[in-house]
Amino acid sequence: MAIVDFKFNGESVSADVPDNTLLVDFIRETLGKTGTHVGCDTSQCGACVIHLNGVSIKSCTMLAVMANGQEITSIEGIAGGKRMHPMQEAFHENHGLQCGFCTPGMIMSAIELVSNKPNLTEQEIREGLEGNLCRCTGYHNIIQSVQSAARAMRED
Amino acid sequence: MYQTNYIRASSTNDAIAKLGDDGKLIAGGMTLLPIMKQRLARPKMLVDLADCGLAGIEDLGDTIKIGSMTTHVDVETSQIVANGIPALATLAAKIGDRQVRNRGTIGGSIANNDPSACYPSAVLALRATIHTSNRDIVADDFFMGMFETSLEDNEIITAISFPKPTAAAYAKFPNPASRFAMVGVFVAKSETVRVAVTGAGEDGVFRHEALEIALTDLFAPDAVESIIISSDELINDIHAPRDYRAHLIKEMTKRAVTACNQSQFVS
Repeated sequence: MAIVDFKFNGESVSADVPDNTLLVDFIRETLGKTGTHVGCDTSQCGACVIHLNGVSIKSCTMLAVMANGQEITSIEGIAGGKRMHPMQEAFHENHGLQCGFCTPGMIMSAIELVSNKPNLTEQEIREGLEGNLCRCTGYHNIIQSVQSAARAMRED
Repeated sequence: MYQTNYIRASSTNDAIAKLGDDGKLIAGGMTLLPIMKQRLARPKMLVDLADCGLAGIEDLGDTIKIGSMTTHVDVETSQIVANGIPALATLAAKIGDRQVRNRGTIGGSIANNDPSACYPSAVLALRATIHTSNRDIVADDFFMGMFETSLEDNEIITAISFPKPTAAAYAKFPNPASRFAMVGVFVAKSETVRVAVTGAGEDGVFRHEALEIALTDLFAPDAVESIIISSDELINDIHAPRDYRAHLIKEMTKRAVTACNQSQFVS
């Protein structure tokens, strides 16, 4: 067993779990935060993307214990109180989802993408989201959402 | 995934001491964790190198030294790499996806020596030196075949030194799903030209002597036109038959040479 101890959405969390517990399972099962999804479990689909010290990573391909002492943000941690994050707002306004399964990962990846480069071309957005798959193939509105959020985040 | 024990090492010596008989080193985990999830690997102990101080990029004048725990994103965005060996930054930027590049490391990639990984081609073409916990290994003596290197048990890569070339470029034909190289060709020009091919060889990365001789004689895409690329010992799979890979080797070589001649010259 290993003691897992890190900051999760701004709060300290700690639990004793088997060493081989994946970070995504720790977040969903131990912390009960099920906004982070498990899609493929093979680090391809991106439904499990979270932020580790501010950068996007696939939480199905990291052990929970590897995150000790670090800061993790999940989809539940990006809104400011009742006010949605501009990226969430943009996905809502532009209907950037069909079934919604890929959405938490898309949003977490897109936030990092836009933070690194506010003026993205459509091509750069498409390439920047290559680690996130939408099986509904609803990419058109997802791209529109990211473009719209990028504008909003620039104005903020 | 089978049960395992995880521990962090504080130095390379500490890591070796903690490995035991059936331990494995873990860097970014972008290959090791997926194969453990598939139950293809079952290490009793995972020793994490994250706290061993092995990340970082240094400009040493004629060479750039990159710590083994440096992530692909850090190579991709490094000003030192952009100034000294821009082709290496281009290569790093095309590995996997952003989330993989945020975790994956250069040392992990080279130690694994996946036949379709990008980094081995740069290490071989640029005549890099691999620094380990006990010695320095030149690139030509390092890659020993598919997933095989000359690393011994309990030997840890600490850094890789890349001599700065006169010009270099990497041209990759990626598998559209995985972004692994179906064929990747790294061309590096200094006094002579070295051409390293990844993604294509059944024994992993290799240098192509005929292309090197032709390009040392005349550094232009036309110089390789008459070279016959043998498809013997090339990978043959559902993504590409070996003849197609042979064709891609020549094509990627031409693209890399064109890129060198257009913009990649560095002093």
